[in-house]
Amino acid sequence: MSDNDIILRVEHLSRLFGMNKSAAQKMIAEGAQKDEIYKKTGVTVAVNDVSFKVRRGEIFVLIGLSGSGKSTIVRCLNMLQRPSSGKILFEDTDISQFDKKELRDYRRQKIAMVFQSFGLMSHRDVLGNVAYGLEIKGVAKAQREEKAREMIKMVGLEGLESKNIGELSGGMRQRVGLARALANDPDILLMDEPFSALDPLVRRDMQFELLRIQQKMNKTIIFITHDIDEAFKLGQTVGIMRDGRLIQLDTPENMTANPADDYVKEFIESADKSRIFSASHIMMTPTCLVHLRDTGPIALKEMQKNGVSSAYVINNHLELMGVITQDGAISARREGKTVDQYMITDLPRVSPDTSINDLMPIAADARFPIAVIDEQNRFTGIISKAAVISSLL
Amino acid sequence: MTQLLLSFPSGWRLDIGTVIDDAINALSVNGQSFFSAIRDGVLWLLNVVEMGLTLIPWWLAIALVGLAGYFISKRIRTGILYAAMLFAIGLFGLWDLMLQTLTIVIVSVFFSLLFGFPIGILISMSRRAERIVRPILDLMQTLPAFVYLVPTIILFSVGKMPAVIATIIYSIVPIIRMTSHGIRNVDKEVVEASVSFGASRMQTLFKVQIPQALPTIMTGVNQTIMMAMSMVVTCALIGANGLGMEILVATNRMEVGQALLPGIAIVFLAILLDRLTQGLIKKEGGKQK
Repeated sequence: MSDNDIILRVEHLSRLFGMNKSAAQKMIAEGAQKDEIYKKTGVTVAVNDVSFKVRRGEIFVLIGLSGSGKSTIVRCLNMLQRPSSGKILFEDTDISQFDKKELRDYRRQKIAMVFQSFGLMSHRDVLGNVAYGLEIKGVAKAQREEKAREMIKMVGLEGLESKNIGELSGGMRQRVGLARALANDPDILLMDEPFSALDPLVRRDMQFELLRIQQKMNKTIIFITHDIDEAFKLGQTVGIMRDGRLIQLDTPENMTANPADDYVKEFIESADKSRIFSASHIMMTPTCLVHLRDTGPIALKEMQKNGVSSAYVINNHLELMGVITQDGAISARREGKTVDQYMITDLPRVSPDTSINDLMPIAADARFPIAVIDEQNRFTGIISKAAVISSLL
Repeated sequence: MTQLLLSFPSGWRLDIGTVIDDAINALSVNGQSFFSAIRDGVLWLLNVVEMGLTLIPWWLAIALVGLAGYFISKRIRTGILYAAMLFAIGLFGLWDLMLQTLTIVIVSVFFSLLFGFPIGILISMSRRAERIVRPILDLMQTLPAFVYLVPTIILFSVGKMPAVIATIIYSIVPIIRMTSHGIRNVDKEVVEASVSFGASRMQTLFKVQIPQALPTIMTGVNQTIMMAMSMVVTCALIGANGLGMEILVATNRMEVGQALLPGIAIVFLAILLDRLTQGLIKKEGGKQK
């Protein structure tokens, strides 16, 4: 890897909180532990001698429990917090040496941040929030609003430009946060646990969205999380933090294969446990339903209304009897018969608690979405191939 | 000897009182042109405001208050009630005195906000400024008003002018406190977000902190108005005409009824000022939430 590929280099970064820093520095040099230093000097060692490099265009993930120092590191990268010692080199310039104006320009041009609890301004609407970074730079109103609209569209909030922040859901708010950061067209995007405040389904949505945007805009992303699942899903490089130290830095594959110590191993194992998704998590409510006694024209109309080319056939007890395709329905209309004469009964069926792993082979062969049948034999949901695949992302 | 232990020795006296008297007197003599310039300016403003108020016909004032009441509560009954309160003040024969009182309140609140708002911003941004200003604010709030009425009379002579000064001293505290409190309590991440986009201190202050703190600041404005109202009666003691003077005179003559009517008028005026400003705050806050 050539040096040109490295956009950000962090060397021996430390960050201490408290009065008696020099005594604490000495204890660090002697190899004392975080707890011991706090007890003796009252100084909290938030970040302790951390070094890493970030390649241009990669998603770099730092993971750790709360208090492990990951949020402090990310705040040092845009100088929201000053490092106590060490260097942070952006394209070979030490950002801690910047004067006021240089730092302002760096923040305006090169780096933008997305916050855990969004950091949005409730006195501005969506458009005003997204345009904020450009407004600070002094971009003319028409121009910045055009750019903001473009970004709002990209994160999928088109039409909500003049909504108040209070009217939006958590997921939407973070999309606004993301759009606001992207509107500045930064080289680096810092994301401090951006999806932690969102519920699991929305979180998975946002992770997917982030990957999509990353594909399109090719930013360098430094992503903070406490969820190893999220870290492995998003990160090309993952660093595990513990008590202010970076204990392992590797690709997810290498980290799984060779965890540096038991702590890392436990962390990775906790991911597998949390990853058990079943059919009920990803199924959707079936929409296009017809009854056994319905005729061809009714089935065709139902398909047209839902914009699909097949309909599920059910009986009086909501049990799934089969599927009628468009061709089948046309035949039924021609012959003037009911749909049960032409339906296909050979369908993949699963129960709601079938695991995703077991769904994979079924989805691979299925011609129609997989039907989910509950214990009372009722038809409760359908799972498309796409849903199975995206649940693995 | 036992006497010395039982009661505080009468010989131990620090005579600061006369020193302060001399200082104030010297100040009034030497700074005469300075203080009279301030007095002329404030008196001019008082005249302008009072003239403006008298120019509004009584029926228009009542109609406007009624409409404002309806506008903020969306209930016709409230509007009628507010209009009736103002009408009652007129029926008591206190309309002109009410305007004089209102003039003092308006001018005092104007100066309180003019000075209080920047001071509040300053102490929200600097710990050192806060350490200096906070004890002064405590002093201003707890010192009995009579204590500083006298020096203001010496410096500005009797009448409305010292009343305005005394009212400012009393009513500036809430706007300072609430401004500083509001700005300090703006969500930390929102401020961080602004800084992280490269906003200067002033940009963050005017584009994020003040707008975000506005509901709290407006509560401070409301408090300042109410404090100013509550000084009205006290100010009659230093010769400020208005509703307070009526109460003072009637009390001296032991005329209960004559004292009660202006008392009720003050209450009505206070209620109107409070509800109308609070209504505006709620409207503003409702937009944000």
